[in-house]
Amino acid sequence: MLHEQELKTFVDGTTNFFEVAAQQAASIGSPYLLEGTPAVHEYTGVINISGKREGVVFFTAPKAMLTVLLMKMQENDFSHETMRDLVGEVANTISGNARRDFGREFVISVPSVLSGEKPELPHKPGLRSFIIPINWRSHSAKLVVSLT
Amino acid sequence: MAKNVTAMNGKRSYKLMIVDDSNIMRRRIERSQQFEELQLVGTAGNGFEAIELFKRTDPDVVTMDLTMPRMDGIECIGALVALKPEVRILVISALADKATAVEAMEKGANGFLNKPFTDRQLNEAFAELMR
Repeated sequence: MLHEQELKTFVDGTTNFFEVAAQQAASIGSPYLLEGTPAVHEYTGVINISGKREGVVFFTAPKAMLTVLLMKMQENDFSHETMRDLVGEVANTISGNARRDFGREFVISVPSVLSGEKPELPHKPGLRSFIIPINWRSHSAKLVVSLT
Repeated sequence: MAKNVTAMNGKRSYKLMIVDDSNIMRRRIERSQQFEELQLVGTAGNGFEAIELFKRTDPDVVTMDLTMPRMDGIECIGALVALKPEVRILVISALADKATAVEAMEKGANGFLNKPFTDRQLNEAFAELMR
């Protein structure tokens, strides 16, 4: 279960990603707890966490948001593969940055990516998820943190 | 700096290899670096590919991601330094803990840049690396 300060690590990491990579700040909504599996957008980047903590961190976003994000990053390839690459990279960056506070025992996997209408999300029974809503330009996405 | 640099337009030229499992990041690094003396010789998506490419192209400067499939960046740094001790390696990684940076430097990396980064931060890191 995440403590408030630990949750702040992920909120700050998300804020930093949009400020630096997209050069435009995102508005982060109030995080909330969810039992069960959260709904996802078209593309989801998943990072499995092991070591001192266990669980999963994922970033899920709609294609329209990822397209604009790629444009802001001066990328000119908007293919399905590039969308998958981007959600994986966002999830990886925010999770990796969390090691600044969690330390190296917070072991992150390489990203796996889910896309399509109803992807099967990894979820450990009994583990609750914190949802961090992300609003950027006219788009909404979310970071989901589910940790022991 | 590496001995096998070549002259080009009056400037020394350094062969650059980019290692990252993200195509977006590889293109971003290539596009954003502003040093005409850095000549890209190839890109790789994991440590194994990087070692093969390194043997074929003999780069002077390498950017190295750490979290990659098959062989991670820390192991790859050790392998590249064993092949060419004078190679200059800039780690570009999301892993932001000090212990990882220290381990990378101990393996032979010469610089460490955290993702996400701005173009300015990237170019300052390259400038420091080639000093």
